[in-house]
Amino acid sequence: MTTATLETPREAAAKQKVILCEGNEAAALAVALARPDMVAVYPITPQSSLVEHVAKLIADGKMDADIVDAEGEHSVLSVLQGGALAGARTYTATCGPGLAFMFEPYFRTSGMRLPIVMTIVTRDGITPQSVWGGHQDAMTVREVGWVQMYCETVQEVLDTTIMAFKVAEHHDVMLPVNICLDGNYLSYGASRVELPDQAEVDAFLGDKFVNWHVALDPQRPMAVDPLTGGSGGKGPSTFVRYRKGQCKGMQNALRVIEEVHEEWAQRFGRSFAPLVEEYRLDDAEFAIMTLGSMTGAAKDAIDEAREAGKKVGLIKIKTFSPFPVEALVRSLAKVRALGVVDRSVGFRWNCGPMFQETLGALYRLGRHVPAMSFIGGLAGADLTIPHFHRVIDATEALLQGGPVPTEPVWLNERD
Amino acid sequence: MDNCAVAQKMSPKDYKSDVKPIWCAGCGDFSVLSAITKALAALSLPPEQVAVVSGIGCSSRIPAYTSVYGFHGVHGRALPIATGLKIARPDLTVLVTGGDGDGFSIGGNHFLHACRRNVDMTYVVMDNQVYGMTKGQASPTTAPDWEGSKLTPEGAGINPFHPLVVALAAGANFIARCSSSDPNNVAQIIAEGIRHPGFSLIQVLSPCVTFRPEQKDWKRMVRTAVVDATDDPARAARRLMTDDGFNVGKVLYKGSREPFRPGAEACFQVDDLEAGFAVGQ
Repeated sequence: MTTATLETPREAAAKQKVILCEGNEAAALAVALARPDMVAVYPITPQSSLVEHVAKLIADGKMDADIVDAEGEHSVLSVLQGGALAGARTYTATCGPGLAFMFEPYFRTSGMRLPIVMTIVTRDGITPQSVWGGHQDAMTVREVGWVQMYCETVQEVLDTTIMAFKVAEHHDVMLPVNICLDGNYLSYGASRVELPDQAEVDAFLGDKFVNWHVALDPQRPMAVDPLTGGSGGKGPSTFVRYRKGQCKGMQNALRVIEEVHEEWAQRFGRSFAPLVEEYRLDDAEFAIMTLGSMTGAAKDAIDEAREAGKKVGLIKIKTFSPFPVEALVRSLAKVRALGVVDRSVGFRWNCGPMFQETLGALYRLGRHVPAMSFIGGLAGADLTIPHFHRVIDATEALLQGGPVPTEPVWLNERD
Repeated sequence: MDNCAVAQKMSPKDYKSDVKPIWCAGCGDFSVLSAITKALAALSLPPEQVAVVSGIGCSSRIPAYTSVYGFHGVHGRALPIATGLKIARPDLTVLVTGGDGDGFSIGGNHFLHACRRNVDMTYVVMDNQVYGMTKGQASPTTAPDWEGSKLTPEGAGINPFHPLVVALAAGANFIARCSSSDPNNVAQIIAEGIRHPGFSLIQVLSPCVTFRPEQKDWKRMVRTAVVDATDDPARAARRLMTDDGFNVGKVLYKGSREPFRPGAEACFQVDDLEAGFAVGQ
């Protein structure tokens, strides 16, 4: 691992270029800085320009990676599995139906503990047919053992993409990582971005930490992933050991993500809440909870509500998988009512998935906090400041102690 | 194919929906849509006796533009969906529409097995050698040195897929190529494909004027194939292996393999289904 001297944030920041770019280009530039050995791609809206930017960086000689233009997403991730088994640092991006088609190798990637990094340019699930943004794709695969971090801004996309490689390859994690960037809003939204210096990124990431437990090792030729579970294999204990190991890696990821964000802040002078961000929460009576790019409009609404005398704060989840229960419980302890805004649907519980997960954290809190589920931003629908005022007002009403709604509020139903 | 023998005179517009296509001006798919409606009218097929199934892509929007049964399915999976539909309702005339990306890359495996299974359906592939909907990437039929894609700026570098040769080897029963520049010929060949038992593959050269503007020259490059349909696979294979891809307008192979489950009956009767829905009447 690296032994480079740590520069001060001011010195590191001075080496950074300031550019204007879209989220998809920011992700591609970050991937180039992370120097993967192999990228596999299949285009899909709204991911296509991301992988086209990667292809251009390779064609222009600014990135030294093998690129495989595969025949579908199932093949994309399978190609990367082969690459990772050969010890390569690997990357891809997809979304929505592409992620659905990728599901079989997606499931196996976390079990094999392959540190593949993949951007999900989040897109709503079909049917009905739609090519627009939403979190349904990433939410649907939240229980498959990948680390998933959601970004709020284009800068956070760039920085998190680089950090993702360090998290994935960390010895105590060794798991695949998704960076979730909101389709349309972040993928095509252009903003000012600070581009880190290559040498600084090299020093930050250090040498590639190869997944030697399954990589081609000339000292130890082996067949990977044999049959287990008693059907001619070693019996259920092997299977259980794998699953326990995955869960331990996920729990370790919570600590490693915090450490990696801390090192990033020290080196580059930009800090992001690694797990859970609090905004104007310390003296708040109640809070709303957000995920991804919607948070910008939500923070503006919070500021306006504060000016109007409402004691409201905001809790943003960045790391959704593993679910940051302890960090969230610390934030929830500060409030007496909660409104959770999801950009996807939890069909089983008739609420948003983040709301459902938060109910588990509220149980750990050990104190009754009335909470409501809001669902908005489906299939590219806008979540604007007025929408968040509705969320704030409805959540504030819970403080009065009346009945807590059991149905979600559908924010774009009349838009 | 007796369901073609319907007395009522139909017009192509009877098969068009009210939805206006959103293809680019000059797209070859307009002609193919028109040819499909002409073929259905020529066969006087009642709209409720026809289903058009597609996957994902520009040309896969066709079901929405027709007045017959239609399903805009999953990317690459139009053929399995159509297989299920045809087996459950053998009385329907089943058309599958899509592009070279949908059919030969992400759906390539299904293409092989649809040819093998030889279910009685007609697959119209609008081949423009590009992924149009995702804005211009190389497809399986793209030449290896085409540098117009941002995804493969130095060319895809891999051999193109030859759908007609593969179809023959896999067991398709009817193989033809035509050009969208001659919609009447496309209509005639689609009608012929529908009437021929088993799996019919019709490759239509259908230019993408946005991402492959050079394909506007295709209408000058194509030539009417100087061949008669053969039922000899070896002869068809020799013909296809020496073909440059621009021989159009003719059926290149017409086999005599028995289709999958000939004479099968529907797994339910339409009258029974209607009775089932007639709740409370």
